[in-house]
Amino acid sequence: MDLDFILAKGPIFLAAAQLTVTVAFFGILLSAVVGLLCAVVKFYRWPVAHRLVSAYIELARNTPLMVQLFFLYFGLPRLGFIWEGQTCAILGLTFLGGGYMAEAFRGGLSAVGKDQVEAGLSIGLNRFQLLRYVIVPQALAVSLPAISATTIFLMKETSVFSIVALPDLMYVAKDLLKEGHSSETNTLLVASYLAVILPISLIFAWLERRLRFAGFGS
Amino acid sequence: MLSGQVVLKIKDLVKNYDQRAVLKGLTLTVSQGEVLVVIGPSGCGKSTLLRCLNGLEPVNGGQIIFEGQYLTDPQTNWSRIRQRVGMVFQNYELFPHLTALENILLGPIKVQNKSREEALAKAEYWLNRVDLWDRRHSFPRQLSGGQKQRVAIVRALAMDPEIMLFDEVTASLDPEMVREVLDVITNLAQEGLTMLIVTHEMAFARAVADRIIFLDDGGIVEDSTPDVFFQNPATERARRFLNIFHYDDIHKPNGSLNLAKNNL
Amino acid sequence: MLDSALSVFKMGRNLARLMEGLGVTLEISCLAVALSIVLGIPIGLLMAGQRPIVKRILRLYLEFIRVMPILVLLFLFYYSLSKIWNINLSAMAVSILVFTLWGAAEMGDLVRAAVTSLPRHQWDSGRALGLTETQVSFYVIIPQAVRRLLPGVINLATRMIKTTPFVFFINLPDLVKVGQQIVEVAGFRNPLASVWVYGFIFIIYFAICYPISLLSRYLERRWPS
Repeated sequence: MDLDFILAKGPIFLAAAQLTVTVAFFGILLSAVVGLLCAVVKFYRWPVAHRLVSAYIELARNTPLMVQLFFLYFGLPRLGFIWEGQTCAILGLTFLGGGYMAEAFRGGLSAVGKDQVEAGLSIGLNRFQLLRYVIVPQALAVSLPAISATTIFLMKETSVFSIVALPDLMYVAKDLLKEGHSSETNTLLVASYLAVILPISLIFAWLERRLRFAGFGS
Repeated sequence: MLSGQVVLKIKDLVKNYDQRAVLKGLTLTVSQGEVLVVIGPSGCGKSTLLRCLNGLEPVNGGQIIFEGQYLTDPQTNWSRIRQRVGMVFQNYELFPHLTALENILLGPIKVQNKSREEALAKAEYWLNRVDLWDRRHSFPRQLSGGQKQRVAIVRALAMDPEIMLFDEVTASLDPEMVREVLDVITNLAQEGLTMLIVTHEMAFARAVADRIIFLDDGGIVEDSTPDVFFQNPATERARRFLNIFHYDDIHKPNGSLNLAKNNL
Repeated sequence: MLDSALSVFKMGRNLARLMEGLGVTLEISCLAVALSIVLGIPIGLLMAGQRPIVKRILRLYLEFIRVMPILVLLFLFYYSLSKIWNINLSAMAVSILVFTLWGAAEMGDLVRAAVTSLPRHQWDSGRALGLTETQVSFYVIIPQAVRRLLPGVINLATRMIKTTPFVFFINLPDLVKVGQQIVEVAGFRNPLASVWVYGFIFIIYFAICYPISLLSRYLERRWPS
């Protein structure tokens, strides 16, 4: 193992990891927003929107991110939608993640009983307040394991972003592998992903444990 | 007390579930400060009646007039009405992610836009009255059934309702906890709060009620004072209903003793 | 519009090549899923077993697989294995190996969850009826475990199918790789080639995964746990 090589190339990986984290952060955040909105639309069964949302969720969940990205990055510009790699990566991750997050939130929402809704109504809460103070907080706690699994899954999916010419961790690694030093490069690659994903996994595990203790289940 | 001003008027109220009629043209008037206890066999529509009064069930016909306002008008702003009509449910339905105090403060602060201080003062007053001020930071799962139901009553009272609806509030409680909840309600009745109570606790009904409404098959069969109703019900149906709560002595045939002995 | 779409697929052997790519995709998926199920069952039983060290090691294996992107594992095995250990595996073999490593870990966890979630008294009540150990296993335990397991296994299979495009990165001619090659050539003459080809691949994946996910949902509804 060539330590000098690892030390010399470390900064490159650091910069690449930053990019991965940035894109993942915005992609996952937007996924959560899209997912929550879709789940609420499905929860209230709003007539037309509910069908559109269901169709979107099925499309997002039953096709690979790479194919979605290829379509977004190489296909759509031909039809006049032009975006750069980073925007495309975030859009692709949001399209994919929105579908998964919607399912995660939907599970939580459907766990909130009709009686809780009525109790909220009976103290005069309006529809929005009911969601904000009664339904969503309870649904979030129930959904947390699914949200955690989806977040980790989306973090891992970011590894394909080099296909839209984003200089992320895989891109850098592939570049260096051409020069040899494969075991050092792979060590850096594995270490970088561990450094990025492991903390998130641990934070979610901690959150889940905490919520279970503060737990509901009356 | 009975001569008070009319608070609630129900006229020919009709409610159907699918094709089945649950309330078949029910008419009832409630005056200020009256305590009405609604009793009747299960499925007679007593819970449905309360749920209609709080807008939890759409109504199929007739009128509900609360303080001169037609609640059967589809334009009714239910959020505003529900602040004035408190409701307590059989299964407490406290919000499990909020502490007892947060459960109580939610309505006054978010719906009525009261200041935190004002809402807190009121919550403190009521929680003290039901002996739960010490438990204000507990989550619902940390409270017993009786405690949960007392918090739920306070949650409704904290909105300053003009009328309270109690829907079988002791039906899910262990027997030893029924008393603490009924005492709270009795206490409120003595203060002159207008109340509609659905219950299966006959002794409590007799003690707390100004009027007993006996409901059967979607309509009012008897509307009288507790003394008259319990001692001398006017209808055969009421008599049969009251008989359910009596047990005759059981005369065991001699033969059955052998079996009991063998099992021991 | 339609002409431009058809021309891409009619050009040369394009459609046939796409189908060959689909064949590669399906070959990897099927082999990896089958191997994962076969290997995952003993792994899961060990995970649910009584040996703490074995359990600890398997747990570590599972957690590592869960945190590490599959693509990294593909790189690791494709570029390092050959150099460090002097093993020369084809891209195909590496793909199946990596997907199986992942699938077996996830399958193991599913089996562990199914086995440990069965209440103990199922064994007891089976024996109380006078059934032998083997009879209890076959008539009581296994049918219940399989019901709990099946939706999860089907779910895992679709996840693996949806991850197969990663083999693109180690130059295996799967559906996506073939699609890219076709677009590169046809794109010069037909500017919409990328829309048609990637759209087509999108639909193929959907046509494979959607029915499977419907099946999994149907089973979940039929056998609620």
